[in-house]
Formats: sequence, C-alpha cells, structure tokens
Amino acid sequence: MGPTPLGWYLALSAVLFAIGVLGVLVRRNVIIIFMAIEIMLNAVNLAFVAIARSRGSMDGQVIVFFVMTVAAAEAAVGLAIILAMFRNRETTNADELATLRW
Amino acid sequence: MVIETTLLRWIIALPALGVLFHVFVGRRATGAVKWVGPGLVGAAFAVARAAASGLRVMPAGTALHDHVYTWIVAGPFRAEVGLRLDALSAVMALVVTGVGFLIHVYSVGYMHGDRGFARYFAYLNLFTTAMLILVLADNLLLLFVGWEGVGLCSYLLIGFWYEKPENAAAGKKAFLVNRIGDAGFLLGLFLLVWTLGRQGIWTVDIETIRQHADVLGAVAVPVCLLLFVGATGKSAQIPLYVWLPDAMAGPTPVSALIHAATMVTAGVYMIARLHWLYALAPAALAVVAVIGVTTALFAAVIATAQVDIKRVLAYSTVSQLGLMFLGLGVGATGAAVFHLVTHAFFKALLFLGAGSVIHGLGGEQDMRRMGGLRPHMPVTFVTMTVGTLAIAGVPPFSGFFSKDEIVWAAFSGPHGAPVLGVLAFVVSFLTAYYTGRLLVLTFLGECRAPEDVRHHIHESPAVMTLPLAVLAVFAFAGGWLPVPAILEPVIGVTEEAEAPLWMFTLASAVALGGLGLAGVLYVARPDLPGAIARRLDGFYALVRDKFRVDELYDATVIRLVFAAADVSARRIDPALIDGAINGTGLLVAAISGASRRLQTGNVQHYALSFLVGALVLLGYWVMR
Repeated sequence: MGPTPLGWYLALSAVLFAIGVLGVLVRRNVIIIFMAIEIMLNAVNLAFVAIARSRGSMDGQVIVFFVMTVAAAEAAVGLAIILAMFRNRETTNADELATLRW
Repeated sequence: MVIETTLLRWIIALPALGVLFHVFVGRRATGAVKWVGPGLVGAAFAVARAAASGLRVMPAGTALHDHVYTWIVAGPFRAEVGLRLDALSAVMALVVTGVGFLIHVYSVGYMHGDRGFARYFAYLNLFTTAMLILVLADNLLLLFVGWEGVGLCSYLLIGFWYEKPENAAAGKKAFLVNRIGDAGFLLGLFLLVWTLGRQGIWTVDIETIRQHADVLGAVAVPVCLLLFVGATGKSAQIPLYVWLPDAMAGPTPVSALIHAATMVTAGVYMIARLHWLYALAPAALAVVAVIGVTTALFAAVIATAQVDIKRVLAYSTVSQLGLMFLGLGVGATGAAVFHLVTHAFFKALLFLGAGSVIHGLGGEQDMRRMGGLRPHMPVTFVTMTVGTLAIAGVPPFSGFFSKDEIVWAAFSGPHGAPVLGVLAFVVSFLTAYYTGRLLVLTFLGECRAPEDVRHHIHESPAVMTLPLAVLAVFAFAGGWLPVPAILEPVIGVTEEAEAPLWMFTLASAVALGGLGLAGVLYVARPDLPGAIARRLDGFYALVRDKFRVDELYDATVIRLVFAAADVSARRIDPALIDGAINGTGLLVAAISGASRRLQTGNVQHYALSFLVGALVLLGYWVMR
C-alpha cells in the first residue's frame, strides 16, 4: 500500500472548507460561527501541508505554522469580543447582534 | 518710432492714489480731501504736459510707450498692460486732466459741506483714472477696462445723492443703457480678435491690429458696426442717448465732467483711435455719419423746448456729440477730435456756469423762475456769454473753428454729401438759438424768481468762478489750437480743400441768426414764444416731452424685458430650475432608500456577499 494520493487530501480539505462556509452562513450562534471559521482555516492548512509534502517543499509547511499562530491570536481576540458582547447583550445569537452599537 | 518710458504710468497712478486716500483716510480728514483731490489731478496734468512737450520735440509720428506688466498669457494670446502716448492720446489726456482739474477745483466750492465730500472726490478721482486708462491704453482690452470704469463711475456719481429714488433710478438707467452698448463693443472686440486669431495673429494690441488690418476683409464692417454700438452707448447717440439727459440727477460738476472731459468723449475717441479700421468699412462710416447727424438734429430740436437749464445743456451735448460723429463719419477725424476738445472747454464752462446759477438760486433749475441775474452774478454772466458764443459758433470763438471744419467736411469730405452739410447747418442754427434762449432766460429781462429766493441771490465764491474764468479763456481762444495739425501724424492728412469764404460767412450768419432769433423771441417780443407754442400745439407738446422716446422704450423694450423676466420667474424658474434641483435631491433619496436595505447589520448577510464575491472572482479566473 503506497502513500495516499494527493487528491484525497484535497477532497477532504474542500469538504471541510465547505462545512465551514455553511456553518458561518447558516448557524446563528456566534460561538458555532467562530468554530466554523476555525474549520475553514484548518481545511486550508490541510491543503497546504498535503501539497507541500507531495512536492517535497517546506514552504507550505512554514505557512501552516504562521496560520496556526495567527489563528491562536484570532481565537483569543475573537473569544474576548464574544464574551464582551455576551456581557452587554446577554445573547450569542447573530441575528440579535444586528446593530453595530455597543 | 516708439520710445519706452516709465513716466506714463504716473499719469494714471496719481489720481488712483487719490482714490485710495479718499476711501481710507478721507472721511476723517475732510480738510485734506479738498487739497488732495484736485491736487493729484493737477499733478497728473503736469506729468501729461511734460510727456506731451517731450513728444513735441521728437520727430513727427513718435510715440511714448510704457509697458507696465504682462496681463494675460493664454496659449498664443497675449495681453499686456501697456500705455501709449501719441499725439491723439496726448490731446485727450491733456483735456481729461486739464478740464478735469478745473472741475475738481470747482467741486471744492460746489460740494462744500456735503456729507459725502470724501466719497464724492473718491468717485471723481476714480472717474479721471478710468478715463485716463481708456485714453492711454495701447490695446483694446485695457481700453475696455477704462470703458467699463467710466461706466461704473457715471453710475456712482449720477446716483450720488441716492437718498432720492429718482437720482438712484437715473444712475441705474445710465448703467443699464451703457451695458447694452458695452455688449456691442465686447462682441465687436471678440469678432476682431477671433478673425485675426484664425490668421495666426493673436493680439489685442492696437498697433499690431493696425498693421494686419487688411486681413479682416469683409469682417471689418460688422466689427466697426458693433464697436459703434458701444460708442452710441457711451457717447449718447441714437438709440442709446436716453441716459444722458437723465444724468443731470448728479451734482452739476459731475454733469460737467461727464459731458465735457470724460465718458461721452470715449466713443468719439475710440472711433478716432480706430479710424484706419473704419476706413476699411465705408458702409460703417456712412452709418456713423447718418446716426451722428440724425442725433444732432433730433437732440437740438428737443433742446429748444426744454425749461430745465441743465436739461437744455444735456440735449446740447447729445447734439454736439452727434456733430462729432458726423465728422468721424465723413472722414474728418481731425475735425471731430478738434471739436471734442473745444466742446470740452465750452461745455464744461456752460455746465459749471449753470451750476453757479443753480448754486446762487438755492437749487432752482427751472429757467422760468430765473431771469435778470446779470447784475447779481457778473462773473458767471460774462463767462456764460463766452461759452454761449463759443457753442453757437460765432467767430472768432473756439466753436466756430471746430464746427466749421466739420460742416465743411460734411459738404466736401471724402465721404461727405451736400445733404449732410445742410443738416449740419440746421443743427448749427438750432444750437445758436437754444443756447441764446438759455442765456436770455437766465440772465436778462425781469427776475422771475420767488420773493424769498430773490434776496439770497449771490455770486459764487472764487473757488468756483476762477475755473469759470480759465475755461472762458480756453472757450474763447481754443479755436487757435492747431489740433488737426498736431494729430496729422496719427490720423493721417485729410485731403480736403480749404473752406471757401462763403462758408465762413454763412456759418457766421447762421450762428448770429440763431442768437438773434432767440433775442427777438425772448427779449423784444416775449409774447411770441407762447403764441408760437399754441399754434404748434401738438408738435410743441411732442418736442417738450422729448418726442416721448422714453415712453416708447418703456412700451416696447422695457415692457418686453419685464414680460420675459416675469415668464422666467413664474414659469421657467419653478419648473426647470427648481425642478432640476429638487429632482436631484429626490433621485439621491430614492437610490439611497433602495440601497439602504443591503445594509442589514447582520454579519451573516455580509459573509454571504463575501462568498458570492469570491465565487464570482473564482468563476472569472476559471472561465477566462
């Protein structure tokens, strides 16, 4: 049994990305939306790693590290925003957060 | 030959400095105004005199030139602020500053104690400045600056006592009527510059245009006619003369300044300056001559039936200007400018004399309530008599020489015709008659002033009578100034035979006849004028009402303009202008109302639009 072909990885990546997009668009809970964004990021990471490995280049892997770093920072900031919003509005429903004030 | 000098700018700068002084310091220093106002004009006269005598010792045809700065550069088109003094502009500058100076001096006495003393002298100096710009300009654009400047100043000065509505209305009338003429002048200027420009000669410089005038061809006729429209406005010719008789609403020295030294001479000067252009357009010259002689006759007839002393003189000015245009029209440019100069002397004299009479009678202008003033106002009487003899053309007074040249040119000049000459004689006769009538009604016979006025009749102070005396000397002797000979290098020699002896005799007879008729009608047989007026009932009323030209304009032009304005205000303005403005607002409101719905505030809708956008871009890159 040889190595898994690149197409499989990319297909998985595309499926994960689509799930993320759908999650962002259809779910109402901001925390779920936030998680869906993380899924999209990781779907892209998967595609980067797979391509890097198949081409024997390190570039893609380096970018993945950057993405993970940024994602960590983004998670910290994003969760802080969600927390702040919840404290003020007592809701995590995106439909109820439609006014861009406080 | 042209000699560069920086002297000329001072002729204009000196009165301009006076304007600044009167505006910024004058109100707090009325005592200084009466020295600065006339003094600076006198200084300008001295500078002009120095420049003119410099010009005389140089070879004929020399001109002084002063390039002040470059005004407009637009592609190939250039306009400079440049001044040029040749024989013609020297004569004009000397008349403007010289007669202007005397009028300034006289004004010190006449306007003594007026609330707007400093304002008056600011306007008066500005008037002189504008006229000097007009006269000294070396290009037509700068000439137009002066042209507009005198128009503005006439408005300011005619409406000087603006508290009275009819004075303000007279000022407005002068301004608006002049505006019509100015529009014609401007169109003529555009046509001239554009026609030359298409041949690659982009200029407004008069000398350059002169060198290339033959390029104009048939366009010369419309150019000349349009410029002449401007001249009819400024110089009060048919059909735009109506503002001048009303211009007497201003202080009397202002009338003297407008009628003699500045303003009305602008049109005559402009055509004399461009005489080579008019020589290319004989049709335009014929129009100038016909309009001139018609105006001269028309205004002279009106003047015979007026009772207001200033109104008689105002129509007299219109009439005399008509004679000058007749001279220009028949090709006797030198004679026309000569008459302009002598007219400046005697008309300034007559107006200032009339002002002295009005001053002495406490503001009375109606000649029916004057009479018998000779013993009370000896200086005014003597000087006015000199002015009357001069304007009537009695030899050897100045008017005789200049008017005689015009009349003879109308007979025999290169573009003359016997009928023009005969009409000019009729005008001469009427002129002698109505000025004689003015003199008799004012100074001779019984005093018809009311009892309370009669006690206060007094001769004017020396500051007023002295200018009268100086002007009287010039009105007497001005005819011996060799003006046409001085002008020859600029305007060329007019080929005409010397006037024969019968001309002199006839002209003198006509002048004396007119004066004599006035004497007979108003001294020997004072009952006759009333009887004649009754016999000519309808016609007399028509003449007395100035042929009802104002009423005619009112019924046609003015009513038409008001009707058009009314339609604009009530129909076009609400529908078109307001509609366009409101429509723009409504359109924006509608667009924003529709697009506002895109902004829901819901992040997921925004996310969806990201997705759609990303897919569109993706599709674009894939399909490409």
